[in-house]
Amino acid sequence: MSIAPPDSRPMLDHVSWNVLTSTVKLTQFPMGEELVALARRREDVVALTADLASSNGLSEFRDTFPARFVNTGIAEQNMMSIAAGLASAGLTPYVSTFASFASLLCAEQLRTDLAYTKMKVRILAHHAGVSMGFYGTSHHAVEDIAVTRAMGNMTVVSAADGNAIRGLIRATVDVDGPVYIRIGRGAEKPIYDEVPSFEPGRFFQLREGRDATIIATGIGVKAALDGADMLAADGVSIRVLDAAYLKPFDEAGVIAAAKQTGVILTVEEHNPYGGLGSAVGDVLASSGLGVRFAKLALPDDYALVAPPTHLYRHYGLTGEGVVDKLRPLLASLSEPA
Amino acid sequence: MDNSVLQRNRDYDLDALRRKADWIRLETIRLVDIAKSGHYSSVFSCAEMFAALYYRTLRLKPSDPRWEDRDRFLLGKGHAAIGQYPVLAELGYFPPEWLDSYTRLGSPLGDHPDMNKVPGVDFSSGSIGHNLSVGVGMALAGRMQKKDFLTWVMVGDGELNEGQVWEAAMSAGHYKLNNLIGIVDANGMGLDGDIEDVMGIEPIADKFQKFGWSTDEINGHDMEAVVAAFARAQESDRPHMIVARTKKGKGVSFMEKDPYWHLGYLGPNDKAAAEGEIQKRLR
Repeated sequence: MSIAPPDSRPMLDHVSWNVLTSTVKLTQFPMGEELVALARRREDVVALTADLASSNGLSEFRDTFPARFVNTGIAEQNMMSIAAGLASAGLTPYVSTFASFASLLCAEQLRTDLAYTKMKVRILAHHAGVSMGFYGTSHHAVEDIAVTRAMGNMTVVSAADGNAIRGLIRATVDVDGPVYIRIGRGAEKPIYDEVPSFEPGRFFQLREGRDATIIATGIGVKAALDGADMLAADGVSIRVLDAAYLKPFDEAGVIAAAKQTGVILTVEEHNPYGGLGSAVGDVLASSGLGVRFAKLALPDDYALVAPPTHLYRHYGLTGEGVVDKLRPLLASLSEPA
Repeated sequence: MDNSVLQRNRDYDLDALRRKADWIRLETIRLVDIAKSGHYSSVFSCAEMFAALYYRTLRLKPSDPRWEDRDRFLLGKGHAAIGQYPVLAELGYFPPEWLDSYTRLGSPLGDHPDMNKVPGVDFSSGSIGHNLSVGVGMALAGRMQKKDFLTWVMVGDGELNEGQVWEAAMSAGHYKLNNLIGIVDANGMGLDGDIEDVMGIEPIADKFQKFGWSTDEINGHDMEAVVAAFARAQESDRPHMIVARTKKGKGVSFMEKDPYWHLGYLGPNDKAAAEGEIQKRLR
């Protein structure tokens, strides 16, 4: 390692930062720590990245288990296929890169080398959605749910915060086949006070309610909870479900929500086509149930230039956005048939 | 079933290996006839190397296809699997009757090899350019697990047009993977003709050397040279690439003259002509 220890660096302004110091602020990025703990228990666990260890926290794994760490440099496709080779020999590789590169640049390696072959590889796809903000469309992943859900043998999960990342890494540790783990930018508002125990293929119910159900994933979960709080002040009771598992998918949970609350809103940081909303819509359309349904997603377009939180506000992926989208559905309940 | 391990570098007679290569060609013609479509000439260029690898060079245990200490063989040019299947069947990996189902509904055997359907296939392929990376992963796994198996990857020369091959070459050189051996079946032809006209990739050996590999260049149809090169490859202190100069369609004169036999089908008379030419050598 050629990086100088902190005390030997020149004094910097307190607002200054660089790649290494910035990770301290990423309170919702426990991947390095979680994988180190996992690797202490299991010799088969190895980790890979494509020149992003200092950004995603896998540097902790690299420094603890250098012989079980592979950095491919900026060669994501090579990384995915190398992971396939490692898995074929009985190891369990965790590969990490930006979600845009994992799902789009490497779509074919995911499909042909990992999913078709059923390799036990876990893909830590971080900075999903538009969480890279003004870094722009090349660094955004708003198509990844659609792409990965359409691959046979692929398990797709999505984390709402750091504890959810831990919970999903633990829940999927023995899945026979590849797992796409959709992760944000590490600066999300915490949702879970402790590491949740996710049940494979089931929504995680965060709040019970009678009048409507919000099914959300990723940063949509925080927006859903905020929106539910605002509507609670008006006496509206809302069920909030975290769609941490996108595949296998909780079809029974969708049906139950439809029958018991009659109103469903989905919230996701994804293109409106092929994401969580489409998954829920599929289930509802096939169920024959009459239900009021709307989806809150990003537009079928490429995001404006802005910091991520500004984009979330602009595109309504906030409590206010949820209320705006849900109110018409609730109001229509009281209109004469 | 015989549970024995076929050790590395077995003393298999060279002339018998030459005959195996021609038998692979005959079997390929037979199987293409079932499918009514197939890659004749892509197998014909590497038939000698298939024979040498499977009958002499690789450490194998056909009774336990996923035996963790076996040498791996990955076929990057997966469209040549039709020439690999008869060999795997003969070695006992699966019943020879499977060959008769080649490409028919539900058969384990399709144009490209599927590791989960075909015992003896170490990794699926078909999308050109991926398998050298997969081989890097296997070689890294061998190092992490402190195992002495070797990973062999055969790629086509047209495959070298794929960028991922060079990502793999770079990483094998970086990690000094002396347990990884590559073979380029340099038959000089892609589907559209001469590779140097379509997208030139020469000088192949120089390029791999610059990425930190040792290299060797041989006539891929000269069995003595093939066997010697395969033995030398195992002694390298770094990743090793054998550039095997071959002829697409080798062994059937009218296919050697026409590059478009990359994919095709022989009607009954042409099939008999091709078979007759090969059988004449086997007599």
